[in-house]
Amino acid sequence: MGERLLLRGNEVIAEAAIRAGCQCYFAYPITPQAELLEHMANNMPRLGRTFIQAESELAAISMVYGAAGAGVRTMTSSSSPGISLKQEGISYLAGANLPCVIVNVVRGGPGLGNIAPSQCDYFQATKGGGHGDYRLIVLGPSTVPEAGELTMLAFELADQYRIPVMILADGLLGQMMEPVELPDPIDPASLPAKEWATTGAKGRAPNIILSFEMDPEGLKQINDDLQAKYRTITKNEVRYEQTDTDDADIVIAAYGTIGRICKSVVRMARAEGIKVGLFRPITLWPFPTEPLKALSERVDTILSVEMSAGQMWEDVRLAVAERAKTPFYGETGGIVPTPRSILNEVKKHVR
Amino acid sequence: MSANPKNMVKVFERPASLTDAKFTYCPGCHHGLLTRIIGNVLDELDIADRTVGIAPVGCSVFAYLWYKADSQQVPHGRACAVATGIKRARPELIVFSYQGDGDFASIGTAESIHAANRGENITVIFVNNQIYGMTGGEMAPTTLVDQKTTTTPLGRDPKVAGYPIRFSEMIATLDTPIYVTRQALFDTKHIMDTTKAIKKAFQNQVDGKGYSLVEVLSTCPTNWRMSPVQSNKHVGETVTKVFPLGDLVDRG
Amino acid sequence: MERSIIIAGFGGQGVILAGKILAQAGMDHGLEVTWLPSYGPEMRGGTANCTIVLSDELVGSPIVDEATALIAMNLPSLDKFEHALASGATIVVNRSLIDCLVRRDDVKASYIDMNEIARDIVGNPRTINMVALGAYVKATGALPLQAVKDAMAHSMREAGKGKFVEMNERALDAGYNAA
Repeated sequence: MGERLLLRGNEVIAEAAIRAGCQCYFAYPITPQAELLEHMANNMPRLGRTFIQAESELAAISMVYGAAGAGVRTMTSSSSPGISLKQEGISYLAGANLPCVIVNVVRGGPGLGNIAPSQCDYFQATKGGGHGDYRLIVLGPSTVPEAGELTMLAFELADQYRIPVMILADGLLGQMMEPVELPDPIDPASLPAKEWATTGAKGRAPNIILSFEMDPEGLKQINDDLQAKYRTITKNEVRYEQTDTDDADIVIAAYGTIGRICKSVVRMARAEGIKVGLFRPITLWPFPTEPLKALSERVDTILSVEMSAGQMWEDVRLAVAERAKTPFYGETGGIVPTPRSILNEVKKHVR
Repeated sequence: MSANPKNMVKVFERPASLTDAKFTYCPGCHHGLLTRIIGNVLDELDIADRTVGIAPVGCSVFAYLWYKADSQQVPHGRACAVATGIKRARPELIVFSYQGDGDFASIGTAESIHAANRGENITVIFVNNQIYGMTGGEMAPTTLVDQKTTTTPLGRDPKVAGYPIRFSEMIATLDTPIYVTRQALFDTKHIMDTTKAIKKAFQNQVDGKGYSLVEVLSTCPTNWRMSPVQSNKHVGETVTKVFPLGDLVDRG
Repeated sequence: MERSIIIAGFGGQGVILAGKILAQAGMDHGLEVTWLPSYGPEMRGGTANCTIVLSDELVGSPIVDEATALIAMNLPSLDKFEHALASGATIVVNRSLIDCLVRRDDVKASYIDMNEIARDIVGNPRTINMVALGAYVKATGALPLQAVKDAMAHSMREAGKGKFVEMNERALDAGYNAA
């Protein structure tokens, strides 16, 4: 860890990727993640690494596929409409068990939407997104320092499980600045070799990267293996944060930017004598179902707050079932709920 | 009287760079021939153990089975982008894509042009048989005017579907490519020419020169509804009039 | 103790940079900070604003319902944000471009002729953002002036504009003295 620097979320994700040993970065420009691209353009060539501004999102994610298949740490980034275009490649990456990191600095949708912060891509990120039965590990940072930490973690998890990992940020987190201590860099040469990668079949049988199997029994086996991997990840990698939940009458469930905003709500509420807690999922997939279920045994109400029409809310309700009330408050279109508006919502549900 | 095998001299054998897997191609299709040529070139240049081949979507989707080399099977049309990723990640590898006309010249148009324009140091084999073989004989971007396919049952009408794209000529307008050529396989002379072109396209990459594209006019007897002999004749007499053979760029 | 400051004005008035320097100064002074810009088309003309939170503890929300201060560099900024302030907040008003008074009576206003001070006293109209920041520091006591000067110098040198440090120090002083 070094000195404290004041940096933008987008820059921190880019710099953390470099420090995680990302050797190839491919992307197409889109607001509000342009600074990420620019940081990579300024720094990757200087380090003897690859930066390519791709001709399209399809090309960028396919370049990631090639580089991941060749066994190096690789990343792409975009924002909502661009991530939709990448879904083809993401499905292939998942099917071929390739590790990579994909950053989505989410903006308002659907369609061209706008460039304001939003959480409207939760379904797309956590339920698969492209074609086929697959999952990504999805990490939802709520602060600029956490965006850096989770980017480092994303590369580790991607390699450990041979899976694409998505950082689900939003325009606010990408654009804001906050003090950060950057992690120590990892030397890519120190990373373990990937025996499965297409590095040239010298003295060994050829390695083949593919997501293709014509035989239904064979493809079933591939799917079974994927599902087994997902179960292992669900068992080992759930991450979440609880704030002031011990004595809470009502708990807010919120992730990412809204997760941090709700920390202010907890403080404001407690100053008024309202016992509010916060449950903040950090892994959006695997979703912290069991901890939330346990929490629902002892609180009356779990209020989901999102910058969407209620997407994570579905996972909250699946976890909580009938054990607690599960109201929802959300804003769409790039409107960010303020602490006051969330507190007002909390008060509606307090006896 | 039968010859004693012990006294026989082997004059023809499977290239060492190819596996024993049986081709999935139809009789008379040029894919098998072309795969052999690539295998021979990998042998001659002694590069199979540092080569990564890219299998597209189309009839050659199984191309990863043919070579004793690493392979990546990739999304339809994205071969040149994947090749870019591999080559940039590990420049010491020899990377080639093997793509049909639908893959290279239709759904992969952007990837094909921009990899060429960046001058990626890769070798692209573009197999032009003017039809979508695997999905059942639909129109390709290279389908000839009046050619009947399952989606142009009355023949390709330029007023509806435009004219066949001469994609290699488009690539040849770019400043970056080192070598762009169109070859064919309908007779022995042209098989020899194609072999030379493919060897040159790989040698360029070995020498670090940059992007090489070899378009190969190929046959599809099954979907053309022609015999293999008629198909070869069709390429020599008709297809080559629309897609003239020869080098379009040679900056090697 | 948490302070939240909105700096708003025309694109080109340097409000984004002023905010970054204030946030940097806060961080260097040992505080937790966030800096949140408006972003998008308005970066290329039109209005621009940013919100800075300075706090003794980790900042929860980087957006604020009721800021404790506003630096209004032009009239649209005053109109837009005057209602978004806490009771008792401070407004630093650029009187050069705002010819009306603050309407609320529960806030403290400090009227500064930013354009004239930048042009006539400092000698460069582009320094109005530092004039504004100096005035804010005086009006609120949020940070020592020297901390802001240091952060400004750091920012200028990092951008390869070290030769402008002295001029911008004078602008901070001029704003400070005018408030």
